[in-house]
Amino acid sequence: MIPIDVVHSTAMTLMEKAAIEIPDDYLAGIKSAADAEEGDLSSFVLQSMLENYETAKDDRRAMCGDTGCPRWYVKMGNEARIEGGPVSLETTLRRATAQATNEIPLRPNRVHPLWRTDHNNNIGIQAPEIEFGFEPEGDWLDLVAVHKGGLFGTDYRMLFPSDGIEGIKRFFLDCLIAFGKRGLACQPAILGIGLGGNKDACMVHGKRAACLRVVGDRNPDSEIAELELELTELGNSIGMGAMGFVGNSMVIDTHIEVGYCHTGGMQMSFHAFCLSSRRACARIYPDGRVEYRTDPRWFTPYQRRETVEWPLT
Amino acid sequence: MASNMKLKKVSLSTTPDESALRSLELGNIVYLNGLVYSAREGAYIKVVDEGTPLPLDLPELSAANFHCSPAAAKRPDGSYDVGAVSATASFRFRKWMDGWFRASGARLIMGKGGMSSDDYKRYFVPNNAIYLTTVGYGTGALLGRGVKRVRDVHWLNELGIAQAMWILEVENLGPFIVESDMNGNSLFERENEKISAGLAKLYEGTKPAVLKRFGETDDRSDELI
Ligand code: SF4
Repeated sequence: MIPIDVVHSTAMTLMEKAAIEIPDDYLAGIKSAADAEEGDLSSFVLQSMLENYETAKDDRRAMCGDTGCPRWYVKMGNEARIEGGPVSLETTLRRATAQATNEIPLRPNRVHPLWRTDHNNNIGIQAPEIEFGFEPEGDWLDLVAVHKGGLFGTDYRMLFPSDGIEGIKRFFLDCLIAFGKRGLACQPAILGIGLGGNKDACMVHGKRAACLRVVGDRNPDSEIAELELELTELGNSIGMGAMGFVGNSMVIDTHIEVGYCHTGGMQMSFHAFCLSSRRACARIYPDGRVEYRTDPRWFTPYQRRETVEWPLT
Repeated sequence: MASNMKLKKVSLSTTPDESALRSLELGNIVYLNGLVYSAREGAYIKVVDEGTPLPLDLPELSAANFHCSPAAAKRPDGSYDVGAVSATASFRFRKWMDGWFRASGARLIMGKGGMSSDDYKRYFVPNNAIYLTTVGYGTGALLGRGVKRVRDVHWLNELGIAQAMWILEVENLGPFIVESDMNGNSLFERENEKISAGLAKLYEGTKPAVLKRFGETDDRSDELI
């Protein structure tokens, strides 16, 4: 049984880590972008960001004043049992989110969409989002805290099979240029592309592609992997860099996730994980051990399973 | 890597005189010293739309309006802990700018993304004001370090942490980049012009989506296919 107090203390630590410590994979990506950047203003922005990440860690303060919308991705091995059950798990994550918002401090961003009511703790109706996934083996619980920023940088479009790869590229460029101007997407970003599913699933796949895969990770389908690299290169050849200044750093990496869709359509969603690509993960075991990491390891063969049976026979 | 050495760095008061503002050029890097305040839609509605009096002496105390909300929490002794500060997108506030300049005498607007050069010419230039953009935009920790103390906070209960008017004592608050000058030119627009020149080539080989959307045509009677 996984002790609920360990879930709480781990969630508190993850909230802090996510807000303050930029993940290594993204940091390395920004460093190489800074090395390659030739635009003087864009280069200044990247250097300032590198300084900012250091300052955040040194001072233990949030890296960005807009601390985004905290959300949780939870995964369980098939044998995992949680003290108090799933409701106690959800309640604990909500409590930790509220408490951490106050203690770190984070900005209480979450308000009612119409009445703008703010509980000053990032909690409200349907907030934070808590999404679940499972794996066939294991007695552990994985918690992933993501503090997603960015009002600008997301779009969805129903494309059709006849739009083809060229249509995907065009919508990709449209999104990147629209949100990249004046740097509204806070690029260079990790881009997540959702393809297929249906409207809601397409958004979910794309967001997870952006937030739950590390820089350098490739889709197991070799042609999709190729397309990921191609889109990254395309994005970096717009002539635009950080803050929309002349330059060549728009994209640190592109991740594509697909889902089977209606035979007539080819949904596409576009997501940008910004200069504050905040994610922190931990695995909790029944004996109370906790292992921290920055790779969510969300997309496993099981998550991308294609057949009826599991395990594959 | 490009050298940033040629970018000029300037230290500026938050109650700057006109000559200091005139000497700034697009792309200069600015650090601020003095008192800055946050004001965004919540405060603008109160003051500009509803005519509520300002809660402090402006622009005597500060002529620097930051479009931001700090990540702040109250300490047990009643003072405030400001962690990080980042700007919010300014273009949403254009409709209040003229009224706000007249009410507050602001000379510096700091925020994210700037406004259009039309807005600068219409609202900023007549009021001798310029726009400074934050950098990144995620440099919240650097900006947080520049905040030395929360002098005061107004309308906290009414407007909440994000919309309240925070009065911040700052030292070397920055970096900011000069986005508009006293003639109403925009750095972002200058950069976009250079980038736009190469866009047609980039789109070569792609074709418009099979099903169009409104926005791609403004003719609502268009069949879209
Ligand atoms: S998009 Fe990201 S980096 Fe930019 S202000 Fe929001 S949280 Fe910060």
